[in-house]
Amino acid sequence: MGEIKERLISIVGADAVSAEPEELWFYARDPGVLEAHFPDFVVAPRTTEEVQKIVQLANEYKIPLVPMGNGMALTGLVIPLRGGIVLDMKRMNRILEVNEKGRYVVVEGGTSQGVLKAYLDDHYPHLRHSLPDAPPTTTIAANVALHGQGRLTQQYGFNSDMVTGLEVVLPTGEICLIGSPSLGPYWFSKGPALPDLSGLFLGWLGTTGIITKVGLRLYPNKRIRDVEIFVTDRPELIPDILFDLTHLEMLEDITVWFQPKPLMFLGNYHITVFFTGDTEEEVTWKKRMIWDTLETYMKTKDGGFMNVDPMKSQLIQMPQRGVAEFADVPRGGGFEYSGPIVPIEHYPKYAAKVLELAEKYDVLYASAARLISGGHAMMFSISFAFNRNDAGMMKRVKEALEEATNFALEMGGIPWKPNFVEQKMILKQMHPETKKLLMAVKKLLDPNGIMNPGNWEEN
Amino acid sequence: MNYVKEIEHADIVHRCFRCGYCKFPSDYVDFNCPAYQSFQWDTFAPGGRMWLTRAWLLGEIKSSARFAQIMFSCATCDNCKEQCVFPRFKDYLPDIFQEVRAQLVEEGVVPPLVRDYFKALSLSGNPYRRPQEERGDWAKGSIKIETFNGQEYLFYIGCVGSFDEVGQRLARSVARVLTGAGVSIGILGPEETCDGNDVKAMGEMGLFQALVEENVRKFEKRGVKKIITLDPHAYNAFKKDYPRQKGFFEVYHYVEILARLLKENKLKLGEWPKKITYHDPCYLGRHNGIYEAPRFILKNIGKSEIVEMRRSGVNAFCCGGGGGNFFTDILGSHEYSPARVRIREARATGAQVVATACPLCTKMLLEAARAEGYEDMEILGLTEIIERATFSREKQ
Amino acid sequence: MYRLNHDEGLCANCLAVACLMKCQYMKFGDNKEAHEEMLRLINGEDTRILQECQTCYACEEYCPYGNHPYYLICERREAKGIYTAPRPITKQWINMTQMQGKYMVGEVKERAISLCYIPTLGPLAQGEIFAGLSSSVVFGAEFMCPAVHTHFAKMSVVKERLPKVVENIVKLGVKEIICLHDECYGTFTSIAKAYGIEVPFTPIYYMDYLLERLRDLRDKIRPLHLKAAYQRPCSNRLIPDKNRLVKEILDFIGVELVSRTYEGENALCCGEVIRSISGYRLADDIQERNLSDMVQAGAEYCVFNCPACMTVLSEKAKKKGLKPVHIVELCQMAIGEKGVG
Repeated sequence: MGEIKERLISIVGADAVSAEPEELWFYARDPGVLEAHFPDFVVAPRTTEEVQKIVQLANEYKIPLVPMGNGMALTGLVIPLRGGIVLDMKRMNRILEVNEKGRYVVVEGGTSQGVLKAYLDDHYPHLRHSLPDAPPTTTIAANVALHGQGRLTQQYGFNSDMVTGLEVVLPTGEICLIGSPSLGPYWFSKGPALPDLSGLFLGWLGTTGIITKVGLRLYPNKRIRDVEIFVTDRPELIPDILFDLTHLEMLEDITVWFQPKPLMFLGNYHITVFFTGDTEEEVTWKKRMIWDTLETYMKTKDGGFMNVDPMKSQLIQMPQRGVAEFADVPRGGGFEYSGPIVPIEHYPKYAAKVLELAEKYDVLYASAARLISGGHAMMFSISFAFNRNDAGMMKRVKEALEEATNFALEMGGIPWKPNFVEQKMILKQMHPETKKLLMAVKKLLDPNGIMNPGNWEEN
Repeated sequence: MNYVKEIEHADIVHRCFRCGYCKFPSDYVDFNCPAYQSFQWDTFAPGGRMWLTRAWLLGEIKSSARFAQIMFSCATCDNCKEQCVFPRFKDYLPDIFQEVRAQLVEEGVVPPLVRDYFKALSLSGNPYRRPQEERGDWAKGSIKIETFNGQEYLFYIGCVGSFDEVGQRLARSVARVLTGAGVSIGILGPEETCDGNDVKAMGEMGLFQALVEENVRKFEKRGVKKIITLDPHAYNAFKKDYPRQKGFFEVYHYVEILARLLKENKLKLGEWPKKITYHDPCYLGRHNGIYEAPRFILKNIGKSEIVEMRRSGVNAFCCGGGGGNFFTDILGSHEYSPARVRIREARATGAQVVATACPLCTKMLLEAARAEGYEDMEILGLTEIIERATFSREKQ
Repeated sequence: MYRLNHDEGLCANCLAVACLMKCQYMKFGDNKEAHEEMLRLINGEDTRILQECQTCYACEEYCPYGNHPYYLICERREAKGIYTAPRPITKQWINMTQMQGKYMVGEVKERAISLCYIPTLGPLAQGEIFAGLSSSVVFGAEFMCPAVHTHFAKMSVVKERLPKVVENIVKLGVKEIICLHDECYGTFTSIAKAYGIEVPFTPIYYMDYLLERLRDLRDKIRPLHLKAAYQRPCSNRLIPDKNRLVKEILDFIGVELVSRTYEGENALCCGEVIRSISGYRLADDIQERNLSDMVQAGAEYCVFNCPACMTVLSEKAKKKGLKPVHIVELCQMAIGEKGVG
């Protein structure tokens, strides 16, 4: 161990390596419900070359490597299940390049969402990226690596679809450029028109390499952003409402949510529709289109728009700081959610399942779903809050989430950012040839099995 | 809960989500927690401290040198309190860290320089280990300032202003400008006792208590009713902590007095054609909400151009001098240390002058400017700027 | 339990049918047609009134007999399970205003000020005008006048909650309560009376109180020399005899109340509930006509009485160059407590 520490220090410097009990304790866990596993070291590299050397060392000693952003996926993906080295990527936090006319940005593997947003607001106010509602300390690379979503997902797909190129350090230590960067200096494509290698690194939860640079699409940032909330008490109407809304092809984000508290939300399902424009006329016209599209529901009294004024400033915020507040509802600092990707037509069934699970496990629930790619699918989140000091409550939440994931798999959905238990459930359900291919790829890229071991494993 | 240790706010420690909003200012432009900026381990961020505190309360972490270092690296800048998204407990974050520090002090597990600080204060009455008799020496020489003997205000200097070269420079300048404007002030000089703000921040509650009692007794004996402080740290203690120990005084920081004099046309400012940026001291700004008064003063300096740093006001980035770090230097002076990050931010505005209202900030930023090679940049207290401006006019 | 004091004979013999003929939203061919629809309503039959009434409250004023046509419409709608706003919005309002034990009671003695459940009323009850009373406030769903639920055809909610609200006030030992909101005053007088719900304290209409205080403070008043248009809220229709107080107050403080088309009986409501009931076209049309009328009449200020109207219309008024202000704020300006905007 001493030798390994010395080697690590020689790579990154003494202030970037820790085997102190304090760091080990902290980096052994995340704010979700899964139990901790201690790493042997925590290392914080600053350059791709440092990452490469660490990977080479890890191969030499067969030490597990677990790259992490800010650890807010909540499903234990940064917990070192087999010990080893946790790589805190956040010191690699520069913004390397903005290509304004190409509308892309290149950042490092630990650059945070908030810093990119502030940078664009300051220097390129007419450009924006797809910002998730996760805390702004979360990293762009981690978000795309687990197919995260953001404000522009309804329009343009998963945040991983917005990748325009990668630099990765392979599990065997090679530094590899993926997409257009492999041919030249431009980061405008993660794959097409080449054989698309980006798929080897997106969604693998750190088991096929470490992202050290990521190119990301930027989109037009309009001057005005507005919001309406449509409310119905009949969840079975929601798929059609969403179909009608997405037909407009002119909305930004669409989220569907329900929760029992505050009391004004009880018993209703809310569809928040965001839309943007550069002029008042544009925004007003879009608002009218939205109202016209849903007029039939208003006529049958099955749905209507609520007054958003009291909530507007909070809703328009990016990221929405109030999202994190759900963690404190049981006065206990935590929530975790299962957020499978599902066909929209299943919404009523998932909604019913949330209520069923909340009752069965006696836990506090909330649900927020987000549309993907103009209504081709949605991310449906089943969220339960817990008090970290109440072990019983944490256990019930864990069990409720497991049942939620089981349900999603039964319904043909895809569990999103699955924890290692859910991954096994997925692999069990997966088409055998698909699974075979997945495992073969993983083995090919990581022959020593050092990358975030315990993840994407059958046994 | 099975906690093996006790602190006052133990019941809320587990509610931290370690989401990290506390690391940032309100618009996320850069890391705004000085300890996190300096060390860049999550353990040194407020969320890290909260989670480690919980581990420590549970007995999963011991009171170790490293734990102490993490806890004492906090510069008490209050950014986390400002930014935490949990309205029900955000206000207690700095309290919790202070309570842990107090417990560590009781256990005797503190970084060596923290121990030295307490020792020096106990023995010499100041962290510089200089004799008490020398405390008023800053006032000798070119300025004429009276000992407090019933004047309207006690002008309270504090340890840094009394003994640090830069602090003394500022003390003299403020004294000159206040007396020049006809403000009735007197000082305690060698009779002055440390205000204790940073002693409390670092958790030496016994010493803090003794200092407060001594000051209250002294002030009351001399009939002190109103106090003007040089240092925002002293301002903070007198305003917030002393009333709890029955020390009721009308407390001002000198920028408040100057701003009022300006509004009442009792203070005239000259010209100084410089680009100036103002650095908000944490104990004046975030802790006590004073943002406008210093800016009002600067805007009235003729021909000057006032520019704001990227992070200003409630989002100002701490110089790293609070929480005892001015003396313990836990945050270091390397490239990512807070003072150097801050001075680079000041430089980016194009300003030739950084205006300050706190002797600790002034010294920290001055040393950082030197480390960055900004030889042409001046770090000046507000009254020093006023004196420059007046001087120019008289020259005409 | 509580039944509406409605005299069917009065309506049967009423040939003017002012309630319907003066309606700003429903148009009838002649009195005879209106009369027939009214009879259908009374008899619990289907009638277009049930679909078309926009809940503007105006017919409560139009009826010369005080025979509560609006409350009758609400009752009939609910009996037939007819919704005005969509059902989930109706539900939301009921939930949002539920009593949950989260209320605030200040230093209340025999006289109190009701802030209803509207936070924006709080800052109004300050300063010299309310000297001595500013801390005697009550706020919360426990003290909220439930009249708003008439917009949603839920008179049952009104009948269930109003006695509780009354009791909550009585429990505090309050003998007089100053209602800062027309709807509160209208609930305790008009609605309570219409249903025989006893109100053992004296509701005081805040404009009566304002006028009294202005007289006390006459030495402090500097005439404002402004021109203002008045936004009359729906709930003022429940207490139409109080409408004159607006001009009295404005005259007293040197504000010229401009004469315009949509004033008095012809006033237009803020339109926001109508947006929920009938969509944006009608609501936008009402608001556009209303505000344009103010501008054309030469108003500089738009004076509000109701905080809900104010929330809804302030930004739109500003866009038309009007300065939104509450009548209490104008009084504060007149006595030098507030700067002229």
